[in-house]
Amino acid sequence: MKLKLVSLIVILTTLLAACGGSATNAPTASGLPVDAAAIAKERGLSPDDVSAALKTYMPSGKTDPYIMIASGGQSGQVLVIGMPSMRILKVIGVFTPEPWQGYGFGGSGDKILAEGTVNGKDVLWGDTHHPSMSETKGEYDGQFAFINDKSNARLAVIDLRDFSTKQIVKNPNAINDHGGAFVTPNTEYIIEGPQYAAPIGWEYAPLDQYKEKYRGLISFWAFDRLKGRVDMDKSFQMELPPYWQDLCDAGKGPSDGWIFCNSFNTEMATGGVELGNPPFEAGTTKNDTDYLHIMNWKKAEEVFKAGKTKKVNGMPIIEMDTAIKENILYFTPEPKSPHGSDVTPGGEYIVVGGKLDPHVTIYSFEKIQAAIKAGNLNKDVYGVPVIPLDKSMETQVELGLGPLHTVFDNQGYAYTSLFLDSAVARWSLGGLYEKKHPEPGWKLVQKLPVQYNIGHITAVEGDTANPGGNFVVALNKWSIDRFANIGPLLPQNFQLVDIGNTGEKMKVLYDMPIGMAEPHYAQIIKAERLKPFEVYPKVGWDAEKMAVDPNAVTDPKLAGVKREGKNVTVNMVVVRSHFTPERVEVNKGDHVVWRLTSIEQQRDATHGFAISGYNINLSIEPGKTEVIEFDATQSGTFTYYCTEFCSALHLEMLGYFLVKP
Amino acid sequence: MQFLNLDPDVKVLLPDGSTRTLNTYLLPSALLMIASLMLMISMFVPYWGMTMFAPQYPKGLTVDVYVNHLSGDVREIDELNHYIGMPPLDEGGRIERSISTISIVALGLLLIAGVFVHNQWAAILALPVIGYPIIFMADLFYILYTYGHSIDPKSALGSAIKPFTPPIFGEGVIGQFKTVAYAGPGLYLAVGAVLVVLLGLWFHRAAYKPIVDARKKMKAPQ
Repeated sequence: MKLKLVSLIVILTTLLAACGGSATNAPTASGLPVDAAAIAKERGLSPDDVSAALKTYMPSGKTDPYIMIASGGQSGQVLVIGMPSMRILKVIGVFTPEPWQGYGFGGSGDKILAEGTVNGKDVLWGDTHHPSMSETKGEYDGQFAFINDKSNARLAVIDLRDFSTKQIVKNPNAINDHGGAFVTPNTEYIIEGPQYAAPIGWEYAPLDQYKEKYRGLISFWAFDRLKGRVDMDKSFQMELPPYWQDLCDAGKGPSDGWIFCNSFNTEMATGGVELGNPPFEAGTTKNDTDYLHIMNWKKAEEVFKAGKTKKVNGMPIIEMDTAIKENILYFTPEPKSPHGSDVTPGGEYIVVGGKLDPHVTIYSFEKIQAAIKAGNLNKDVYGVPVIPLDKSMETQVELGLGPLHTVFDNQGYAYTSLFLDSAVARWSLGGLYEKKHPEPGWKLVQKLPVQYNIGHITAVEGDTANPGGNFVVALNKWSIDRFANIGPLLPQNFQLVDIGNTGEKMKVLYDMPIGMAEPHYAQIIKAERLKPFEVYPKVGWDAEKMAVDPNAVTDPKLAGVKREGKNVTVNMVVVRSHFTPERVEVNKGDHVVWRLTSIEQQRDATHGFAISGYNINLSIEPGKTEVIEFDATQSGTFTYYCTEFCSALHLEMLGYFLVKP
Repeated sequence: MQFLNLDPDVKVLLPDGSTRTLNTYLLPSALLMIASLMLMISMFVPYWGMTMFAPQYPKGLTVDVYVNHLSGDVREIDELNHYIGMPPLDEGGRIERSISTISIVALGLLLIAGVFVHNQWAAILALPVIGYPIIFMADLFYILYTYGHSIDPKSALGSAIKPFTPPIFGEGVIGQFKTVAYAGPGLYLAVGAVLVVLLGLWFHRAAYKPIVDARKKMKAPQ
């Protein structure tokens, strides 16, 4: 493959030089048409551009081997992107209503969105940050994806059988989060790490009581795979000092049972620049070090099961003192205000990005355990044992300015995003990884400029026990001059990077604009691991419950309108190109339950269903049943019609909804 | 082929005193039983199929017709057919499908009976089997003709389509669909069974005619 590409480039370059604008299109020896050289010349494409195009172009009818599940940032959505073609395949509505999927416009999506209500207030957006796919033995299993909403401390569950949101969990004790979602190696728990400290339950407390009343709170959401839901009854939380815990990762292999979260405000700055205090940006960066939090979640689970918790708002919380007493919580210093806390594929090391320090700091799990065993540790102001840096650190690698987040490949390399340098650093892992690459361990190998201001970085299964290699994607915050000017709000730039084979240089292959929000993290899964439905498995499928709706009417002969007093039930069968019934008449003030079932079985024969004037629009995929419940508050003549172009007689697919005054 | 040769010393003694080998009599019985078995197997595989191709169905839509049921993209084909007012596929040949299993078992039993009937009546018993594939195809043609001539003029596109008969074998065109119809393994088995029956009957005659003739000679006044 590599050889072919090289020879292609050689041939192209030769052609460019030799024949210029040849008009014939006979294939050359390599199979490349002669006019390809002319096109390359005309468009000013370099041989590297040509090979980048060949690496990313996906001919019609071929499908991408990788799927990226990306945060949708402030859109409150999740993006599904095919790789390496970098084409958006779907935008999943998660915390935000999404009309195409009918999510939040009358159907079951309304119920899911209502789970995200914050103290009775609808919050119909989200600041989605870190998607996390379900794992089995530390590898993605392609079943579920989870994502947090930083702005309101919520967690959502997406079922990858139909790529739609099934659950939103509102954290009852926190009002913002950041270090989520991260799963334990067998998805026992989805971890939601905190961010800005607040009193538990976000009750009012003045900032001068910050040390006493403000806290960090980490949540362990138990996941029930069979139900595809977070099981609140088996979930618990743990109280932490108000140090603004940031990103977390679960241990695996030897470090299975532990999680690691960094933090960036051990100074406990409370801001107040307007009062002459240092602003947060200065206050939180005063100390030379912050604390990497090292937590034994298996021990925490035992303590929770033993009932050594305090219930707040219905959630059992392991109090900080209990956590210390039960040997659940430890600290070790990390360079100040770091970002990223990433466990190596084998689970031996934890990599923390310096952000304000040009190094990544690598901690050895073995050393940490030895230090814990040896005991005799100094205590932090809250009494948390602190492992000295020289007892926990394996080494540091100097990469450049602004190291944030690290992912891994299958050749023993790590890839760290360098925000300030606007670059991706490839560096060699040491220890057991050293024999996988020619370089010595713990050395910077190459830096690749990216455009611009890279935040997170993601690699093919690059945060799992078995990374896939081939590509990383730089999730750039700025695009500046990469795309045509479309005004002052610019798209983000997802940059596909070829990490090639050992010894080869990394190359930027493709710029993908994201013009709907600023995403944070993304994960990339091999497409073959996903086993989504082509159509729902049975007619009458309730996609929220992922089971057949026993009340679904699938026979047009049984469809119709039933009335019991003021309650009207409409049983509607949907199939190309008509609704049965096509006339629904109710009285003003009636309570209407409108149940629709698509009896289609053909892939992609999706119908929509909108009722004018009632803010209703649903997507009814083949086999799906949806139920709408509403009060007929406005009288008049309304139409309902199919909103997804389904067939040649799509426009004729409608009915009249008459509401008598 | 030595193992197929039964003991050459074991002979069948004919009424006229002449002898034949055992093989002579086992062969027609075996052939009739094989034909019977082929008919039984044919119930489990499609007799006929049709695949319809259109741009929006890259894999095509297929219906497989078994003697006792239909399978394949029946749901989707019905969905499309409703636009031109054609009846659901399931409505054609309902009676035939309902009696098919018992009928084929009966045909098989007739062949087995032929093993025990050692005169020309065996051929009469096998006659329905010989006629079976022709009857099947005639019935299929009738069903297809009925489909193509039952277009409901009140349907969405019914008035735009002239009555037609989809081809039993080979290609046809309906709207944007190209159709390809073909015989399935079941029909090949049925036709094969007929050939095996004919062969069996030939050997049957070769084996038993001398006995029948000898008996006649014995009974006839000297």
